[in-house]
Amino acid sequence: MTDREELREIEAEEGVRVEDERVYYATQTQLVLRRFKRHKLAVLGLAMLLVGYTLAAFSPFWSPYDKIERAGNIYVPPQRIHFRDENGWTAPYVYGLRQTTDPETWEQVTEPDTDARYRVKFFVKGSEYKLLGLFKSNIHLFGSEDGQMRVFLLGTDDLGRDVFSRILQAASISMSIGLVGVFLSFVLGTLLGGISGYYGGKTDVIIQRVIEFLTSIPTIPLWMALSAAVPAHWDPIKVYFAITLILSLQGWCGLARVVRGKLLELREADYVIAARIAGTNDFAIITRHLLPGFTSYLIVNITLAIPGMILGETSLSFLGLGLRPPIVSWGVLLYQAQNVRTVALHPWLMVPALAVILTVLAFNFVGDGLRDAADPYANVA
Amino acid sequence: MLGRFIARRLLYMVILLVAMSVVSFIIIQLPPGDYMESYIARLQAEGMQIDDSAIAALRKRYGLDQPPHIQFLTWAGRLLKGDMGRSFQYNRPVAELVFERVPMTVLVTLASLLVTYLIAVPIGIYSATHQYSLGDFVATAIGFVGIAMPNFLFALILMWALYKWFGLGIGGLFSQGMETAPWNWAKVVDLVKHLPAPLIVISVSGAAGLIRVLRGTLLDELGKQYVQSARAVGLPESRLLFKYPVRIAITPLISSIGWMLPSLVSGSTVVSIVLSLPTVGPLLFSSLTQQDMYLAGGIVMFLTFMTVVGVLLSDILLALVDPRIRFE
Repeated sequence: MTDREELREIEAEEGVRVEDERVYYATQTQLVLRRFKRHKLAVLGLAMLLVGYTLAAFSPFWSPYDKIERAGNIYVPPQRIHFRDENGWTAPYVYGLRQTTDPETWEQVTEPDTDARYRVKFFVKGSEYKLLGLFKSNIHLFGSEDGQMRVFLLGTDDLGRDVFSRILQAASISMSIGLVGVFLSFVLGTLLGGISGYYGGKTDVIIQRVIEFLTSIPTIPLWMALSAAVPAHWDPIKVYFAITLILSLQGWCGLARVVRGKLLELREADYVIAARIAGTNDFAIITRHLLPGFTSYLIVNITLAIPGMILGETSLSFLGLGLRPPIVSWGVLLYQAQNVRTVALHPWLMVPALAVILTVLAFNFVGDGLRDAADPYANVA
Repeated sequence: MLGRFIARRLLYMVILLVAMSVVSFIIIQLPPGDYMESYIARLQAEGMQIDDSAIAALRKRYGLDQPPHIQFLTWAGRLLKGDMGRSFQYNRPVAELVFERVPMTVLVTLASLLVTYLIAVPIGIYSATHQYSLGDFVATAIGFVGIAMPNFLFALILMWALYKWFGLGIGGLFSQGMETAPWNWAKVVDLVKHLPAPLIVISVSGAAGLIRVLRGTLLDELGKQYVQSARAVGLPESRLLFKYPVRIAITPLISSIGWMLPSLVSGSTVVSIVLSLPTVGPLLFSSLTQQDMYLAGGIVMFLTFMTVVGVLLSDILLALVDPRIRFE
C-alpha cells in the first residue's frame, strides 16, 4: 500500500476532509505561503511594499523633476489633471498658473489659469538622472508639453520644488534606512543573544543586564541627544550611517532576547549534544544548527522592527536633528511642516506623512501575516 | 521575602544609576569641542575680551585639563551633591531648570499612562467580545493607524484642524498669561481644559498596541473551557466576563508598564516639542540645538531616572499583587 492509499483509508475512517490531504504532503515553505496568503491584509501589505520599493528604486523616472530642481513658483497648490473639457473626454491636460495678490492679505497666491491649457504628455525629456546609479537617462514618465509650463501633482514647497517628485525621491532614503538599521540590529541581536543563550552563566547575566539598561533609556531623548552630536560638516553618506547606527543602538535588544530564549530552550536538544560530541565548534553549532531552527521567528521580529526605525528617522529629521539637507527623506520634507501656520496655509506639505503612514502600515500588515504564517501547524490539519 | 526582593531591586537600581551617569557624561562629551570652547565663543560674541590666561584658569577650574575618567569622577561627585553643572544658554544651574519642569513632566506622563488604559481597556474588551463585528473592525483599523502614525504627526494634524476650523492655537498647557500666574483654582481649571488634547495625542499609539495585546489575551481566555462551563451553569454573561477572563487578561497590562513607560516618555518628548508643553521635552530640544550639553545630559539623566523609578514601582506593585514574581 502506498502512502497515498494509506492516507485515503485514514481519511475515510476518520472523516478528514479530502482537501486537507495536501497539507500532509506540503513542505514547510508551502504551508507558510498558504497561511500567509489567507491573511488578506498581509497580502495587501506585501503588494504595497512591492509597489513602494519599485517606486523608490526608479524614483527619478516616475517623478517629473529632480528633487532639488526649483521647477516653479513657490507654494503652488496641487494641480488637478483634467480628463474632460466642454466637448467631453479628452487627452489629459492641466491649467496654466497665474500669480495674483490676495486683495485682503496681500499674499502672493498662485491660481489655476483656466484659459491656458497644457497637455500632460508621457515619456517626456527632462532633467538628466542616473537610474540605480548606473544608467543615464532623461526620460520621465510624465510631464507637460511646453518646457515652460509645469505640472505639480502635489504642489510646490517654499523654494518652488515639486513635492510629488521630492516624496518619490525621498522614498529611497526613508525606506532603506529601516532595512540597513534592521540589518545592524539583526547582526548584533543574534550574535549577542546567541552568546548569551548558548553559554549562559556570567556572560548571560552581564548581557541581560546591559539589555535591561539599554531598554530602560527612553528611546527618543537618547536618539535626539546622540544625533545632535553628529558633526554638521560630515558628508551625507556618513550622516546617513551615523543615524542608522544610532537607530539600531537599542533595536537589537528585543531580538537578542528572542534569540536567547530560544537558544536556552534548544541548547540541550539531542541534535545539539550530538553535534557537540562530533566535535563541531560552538560558532558552527549556533549558526548552522540552532539559528535555522527559528528563522521564522527572526524574520517576523525583523519585519516588525523596520517600521519603528522608519518612524524614528522621521521623528528625528522632523525635529531637524536627524538627516538634513541635501539628503532628502520623508522626515526632512516634514521639517517644513513644523510650523502650524505654514501647514494651515499649505496643507499639501503634510503629504509626505501619508507616505510614512502607508509604509509603516504595510510593514505591520506583512509582519502580522508572517507571525501567523510562521507557525503553519497552528490551525491547519 | 518581599523585603529582600525590594532590597535587591534597589541595589540593582543603584547600578543602573551609575550606568546612566556614564551615558549622560558621554552625551555631554560627544559634541566636538568642549564646554569651555562654546562658553568662550559665547562670551566673545557678546563682545567680552578674554585673554589666554583667563581661559586657562577657567579650564582648570572646570577640570577640563584632566583626563576623561578624572573629569567623569569630578562630574559624578558634583552630581551626588545635586550639582548638574550650569546651562550657559539660560545661565542658570541645570538642576534648577530641570526641577522647575519636573512636576508638569511627571503629571503629563502619569496622566497619559492613565488615559492609555482608559482608551485601551474598554475598546480591547469590546473588540474581543464582539470579534469580527463592525466595531471590532473599526477598532482594529484605528489601532493599526495609531501604531503607524507617528504621534508628532497626530499632534500636528490636530493643531492644524483646530487652527483651520476654530482658529485656535493649542500649544502649551495654559492660556496666555496663565503660565506665570501663581497657582489658584482658575489656573487648575485652565490646566484641566488644556490637558485632554496633548494627553490623547500622547496616549494613542500606546493604546493602539495595548488594544491588540488585550484583544489577543482575552480571546484566548474566552476560548477556554472554564468560560464554557460557567456559561453552562448559567452565569450572566457580563458577570462571567468581568469576574474571570477580563481579570486574567488585564494582568499583563500591569506588567506592561515596564515597556510602556519608556515609550510613553519617549513619545511625549516629541509631542511636547510640537505642542510646546512646559515639560522637559522642549527644554531638551532647545538644549540640543544650542549644544547646551550639561542641560541635555541632565535631562536625559532625569528622564531615564524617572523611567527606572516608574518601572521599579510597577515591579514592586506586581510583586505585591502576584506572589509568584518574587520567587523568580
